[in-house]
Amino acid sequence: MDETYDVIVLGTGLTECILSGLLSVEGKKVLHMDRNDYYGGDSASLNLTQLWRKFRPDQEAPAELGRDRDYAVDLVPKFIIASGELTKILVHTDVTRYLEFKQIAGSYVYRDGKISKVPSTEMEAVKSPLMGLFEKRRAKKFFEFLQGWKDEDPATHQGLNLDKDSMKTVYEKFGLEPGTQDFIGHAMALYLDDDYITKPARPTYDRIVLYTSSMARYGKSPYIYPLYGLGELPQSFARLSAIYGGTYMLDKQIEQIVTDADGKFVGVTSGGETVKAKQVIGDPSYFGAGGESGKVRVVENGKVVRAICILKHPIPNTDDSDSCQIIIPQNQVNRRNDIYIAMVSSTHNVCAKDVYVAIVSTIVETANPHTEIIPGLNLLGPIHEQFITVSPLYAPTSSGTEDNIFVTRSYDATSHFETVVEDVQDVWKRVVGSPLVLKKREVEVHE
Amino acid sequence: MSKQFQFKLVLLGESAVGKSSLVLRFVKDQFDDYRESTIGAAFLTQTVTLDDQTTVKFEIWDTAGQERYKSLAPMYYRNANCAVVLYDITSSATLEKARTWIRELQRQADPSIVIALCGNKSDLAARRQVTEEEAKKYAEEEGLMWAETSAKSGEGVSEIFTAIAKKLPLTAPPSSSRAGAARAAGRAGGVDLNKQATAQPGQEACNC
Repeated sequence: MDETYDVIVLGTGLTECILSGLLSVEGKKVLHMDRNDYYGGDSASLNLTQLWRKFRPDQEAPAELGRDRDYAVDLVPKFIIASGELTKILVHTDVTRYLEFKQIAGSYVYRDGKISKVPSTEMEAVKSPLMGLFEKRRAKKFFEFLQGWKDEDPATHQGLNLDKDSMKTVYEKFGLEPGTQDFIGHAMALYLDDDYITKPARPTYDRIVLYTSSMARYGKSPYIYPLYGLGELPQSFARLSAIYGGTYMLDKQIEQIVTDADGKFVGVTSGGETVKAKQVIGDPSYFGAGGESGKVRVVENGKVVRAICILKHPIPNTDDSDSCQIIIPQNQVNRRNDIYIAMVSSTHNVCAKDVYVAIVSTIVETANPHTEIIPGLNLLGPIHEQFITVSPLYAPTSSGTEDNIFVTRSYDATSHFETVVEDVQDVWKRVVGSPLVLKKREVEVHE
Repeated sequence: MSKQFQFKLVLLGESAVGKSSLVLRFVKDQFDDYRESTIGAAFLTQTVTLDDQTTVKFEIWDTAGQERYKSLAPMYYRNANCAVVLYDITSSATLEKARTWIRELQRQADPSIVIALCGNKSDLAARRQVTEEEAKKYAEEEGLMWAETSAKSGEGVSEIFTAIAKKLPLTAPPSSSRAGAARAAGRAGGVDLNKQATAQPGQEACNC
């Protein structure tokens, strides 16, 4: 290990793997290491043995769940929003050739004790019990306004300014009821809390457009999902990196991040040897998150509680969907943050036949996170196995441009990967010094 | 009418036994003495025509160096229909390593996978450390195909790929296989990101 590298990347989570893939394509010499003997870090998908090793090390995985290799249980509940930034990166880097995707079958929202489908067609919208007849007309006007909006054409603005007027003003203009506002802000704009209402309407507009264009793309829900689990995503970007010369080492304990007298990055010590590089990128767990002395490089911004639940049946009241998202808006359960349920099944090659894997999650608000997810757990029916984690959300304390140490963020509570891509773009800009521009993919002709 | 089948083939073996060279010989009929470690290609494809007008298209995955430090991803083995495990006939250690890879395949890959053990660098017979008998005996015990090849001279290269093609189950199109996954997506209710991305009409309301 006496070579020197441009960049050492620590941790093979999706954020780090996208970065090392893109950096390798750019011509950087990358060394990518992980302390685990599997890819994916906190965004891995685990087989039964790995799952039990992580959560119940003193037990064996029960044989009745089926073959170990049939399982790929995600640690974080996220889907890919079809028209989002991750899709663009997947297509541009051509890693789609390693992956196969399926739709998530449905998107549901909880209201007044019941689960209703978020309408994916006009027909469904007309029939939906989510709004009364008159409210449906008002909502229609609201969506026509959004669809017709053109920045350059004031006639489409109906007197509103998306950059100045708050979302509250926009809702009021169309006379939308609080229940409808909840539905739009949480089930479509995918806000986790209500802070957006008093802020300018533009980002909400963008999010609704993203949602509806994603919904329109494949039809059933705005989400797609990779077969064999989310853990396939980091693996595919790791392969991209390797193909462009990236060196991969799993199962490597990182003993020390070595810095010089000025605190600038020098190298990484593993197995008693120090490998040198100009820069280091890594997930928070490699930079003192969760203890460890030394320089404070990460700060905790809240916590997420996640319950991975293995079910032997589809979630009740979801039309026996093989996969779905259910959003419980905060107002419905007197919380500040929404509760999410994400479910996938053997259709996505993540578990044995007739098994369903649901993850209930929310941002922690109290000293008893386990009780906060109960409204979500109650919607699942009998739970066969349950694994609960409470994960701190870490963010870097500095930009890294001073010491060449660039720390990524933890996976947040949002239901998709858009914030992961934002982090990738942010780290890229700090590491490379210029914004990430996805070059046009070379078109390859297959005979 | 001729039938075409597509299969995913993975290469395994110690670094520098000639994995990429073997593929380069098979796919492009080229050889490069000073070939650097694998770089640049996601995977290569090559078609073998069998006697009865059946064609078999191999989607060949190279390790891209990820075999070096215990870091091949499960994705690599996933849905592989066949594997070529290479050793270098001038190095006994590489046959030992090949045995490890074969055990790994038996553990990780589909049980129906067709495995060929290949003794490469047969042009260097003068420095031979692994006898034909030894390798052949091991292959028979494990139920593997076996051959010696030379990526440099081309000897035995197309023969082993043709032999693999003949051994693959050519009964039904491998629709359950993920060989050529992205391009074949849509077949089993999947979605094709590439297709949708280009076919999307300017229906977007986004003005940014």
